[in-house]
Amino acid sequence: MFIKRKYFFEYLWEGLLKISGGLTSVAILLIVIFLFSEGIGIFNNSAVEEGYSIIVGKDNDVENLSGEKIKDIFDQKIVSWKTLGTTIENHDSIMLLRLDDIASYVSENKIASDFSNLPQIIEQIMKDNPSVIGFLPSEYINKDSDYRILDLGKIKPKDFFFGKQWFPTAQPSPLFGVLPIVLGTLLVSLIAILIALPFGLAVAIYSAELASEKVAKLIRPVIELLAGIPSVVYGFFGLIVIVPLIQKLFNLDVGETALAGSIILAIMALPTIITIAQDAIMSTPRSMKEASLALGANKWQTIKKVIIPYSISGITAGVVLGIGRAIGETMAVLMVTGNAAVIPTTLLEPVRTIPATIAAELGEAPKGGAHYEALFALGCILFIFTLVINLIVEYISSKNKNKA
Amino acid sequence: MYSIEAKDVNFYYGDFLALKNISMQIEKNSVTAFIGPSGCGKSTFLRLFNRMNDLIPNIKLEGKIMVKGEDVYSKNVFVDQLRKEVGMVFQKANPFPKTIFENVAYGLRVNGEKNKKKIEQVVEQSLKGAALWEEVKDKLNRSAFALSGGQQQRLCIARALAIEPSIILMDEPASALDPISTLKIEELIFELKKKYTIVIVTHNMQQAARVSDKTAFFYLGELIEYDNTDKIFTNPQKEATQNYVTGRFG
Ligand SMILES: Nc1ncnc2c1ncn2[C@@H]1O[C@H](COP(=O)(O)OP(=O)(O)OP(=O)(O)O)[C@@H](O)[C@H]1O
Ligand SMILES: [Mg+2]
Repeated sequence: MFIKRKYFFEYLWEGLLKISGGLTSVAILLIVIFLFSEGIGIFNNSAVEEGYSIIVGKDNDVENLSGEKIKDIFDQKIVSWKTLGTTIENHDSIMLLRLDDIASYVSENKIASDFSNLPQIIEQIMKDNPSVIGFLPSEYINKDSDYRILDLGKIKPKDFFFGKQWFPTAQPSPLFGVLPIVLGTLLVSLIAILIALPFGLAVAIYSAELASEKVAKLIRPVIELLAGIPSVVYGFFGLIVIVPLIQKLFNLDVGETALAGSIILAIMALPTIITIAQDAIMSTPRSMKEASLALGANKWQTIKKVIIPYSISGITAGVVLGIGRAIGETMAVLMVTGNAAVIPTTLLEPVRTIPATIAAELGEAPKGGAHYEALFALGCILFIFTLVINLIVEYISSKNKNKA
Repeated sequence: MYSIEAKDVNFYYGDFLALKNISMQIEKNSVTAFIGPSGCGKSTFLRLFNRMNDLIPNIKLEGKIMVKGEDVYSKNVFVDQLRKEVGMVFQKANPFPKTIFENVAYGLRVNGEKNKKKIEQVVEQSLKGAALWEEVKDKLNRSAFALSGGQQQRLCIARALAIEPSIILMDEPASALDPISTLKIEELIFELKKKYTIVIVTHNMQQAARVSDKTAFFYLGELIEYDNTDKIFTNPQKEATQNYVTGRFG
């Protein structure tokens, strides 16, 4: 009887553990699948804004207009057909035709109040003006009329991953070039690590090897405290202290820069780096330290020649995990980096990171639209970054285990 | 002048009195064996001679430890200089995760020796001194971990020899080794005696009897008896010593 009950509880526990483990795995898997299915959807969107068409005259043989070119045309940065490799007799300068422009082609009283005659009017305008390019709601476009509907195709992975412009709300052709955002993320994180590494390592070595027991006992809670501060508070601190400081120091117009983001991230990554590096340093066998000291090496020589080489993989793991934290950090970075989606060339320019972009834009992107899916695709990129980082940590610590 | 001299030494780990009023003189170019049951303070005493106990927090020393006539616990002693004079070999071979060559060269490098020729020469000499040269001369650039346990221990001895100490402390250097490796270490100690003062801690009575000139028997933090080895093993003055060396307790 007694034995049977024990079995029953064992089964129960095992079952519960299995179920909760299974549920967690399924939930994680579902999240990842959701993320990627939404993200990949971006490549199913047409390069022109939903519900609109781009049209040119029937003799206009322009081809392969990229989203960026379309944007330049409608921003009137490109004004001649020749620059696009097309010649139109006597009509080289590009004329734009949007809904608002129609009134400048025909007198307003010709347009029916319910726009019912718009298709005919558009057809007429296109016939009269061979150098027009039109961007109009598809409902006014006649499939078999006398002008040509430009087929820009779908958003191409090349334009997404290597596009240099992020204008998700641009008309007529939104631009989803993530390169500046990806580079911004990498830059801010990398510089953050370069700043955090020397400080983190110094504190770790000091508290593990040099500090007296009392001081070491004091340092630990301080570091834990640092890890527990919410990220908005860091952002606030950055905004109030670091941003103005950078602005003054470098005499800039705005202090919200990549550098400010890096500094804040460095401070936030410190606890991770310090605690893990400290553990690694303290895991150096006492026999190694004693061997070095017994040979007449002093403390510093022992740290440099024995302790750091011995714990280097643990230290690296700490640093990589620190990057992992930095790369996914949202709030603080959003507050201090200025959020300009341009490819960064110096540290003293505003940049924008992936998490900041998602946080700032997801609210205003219509669900299921191209912008929405582009943000999910950004999320996928971030996910892959952190996955790679975790794999690296895994690899390093497995190598570490083999050594010990 | 004695190589090592302890005068009225009391030593505390926190409140725990680990060594009780010990005085002892160790002659130059002799082998002294420390014997006694586990926990009696042999290692603690040995590690006072090169101040290895300094690493442990909350320790207190009363009395004096003199090495070559100098008080090694006086304020103006450079500990790293002392440790170059007093080398140490540990119970468990503890080579660095470096090459065989770099292990032996370590002491020279931290000493600021830059001359490559000189380093190579000392490494070879030290490996020969530790009777390891013939076995490793073709693989000096291999990891020290590729050596057998006995070879690793002789490498650690070579490493200690390379800094040219005058005293070598050995804390159970052969306790983890097979009989043949142990024999090699013992032969080595016999050789080294010509140039160095050696203090060896051992649990192996035959080993103490074979290699040492003098033997010290410790019990519960006290030095019970210290005399010529043959006297300790054949005609000890104290009953506790008699019981211990004949294996009746311990
Ligand atoms: N770091 C330490 N802190 C506190 N007590 C210690 C420490 N090291 C040793 N002791 C205590 O001091 C006493 C002597 O220890 P020691 O290591 O010198 O013994 P030993 O004779 O070398 O023993 P063994 O033969 O087992 O190596 C023991 O009671 C031990 O518990
Ligand atoms: Mg011991």
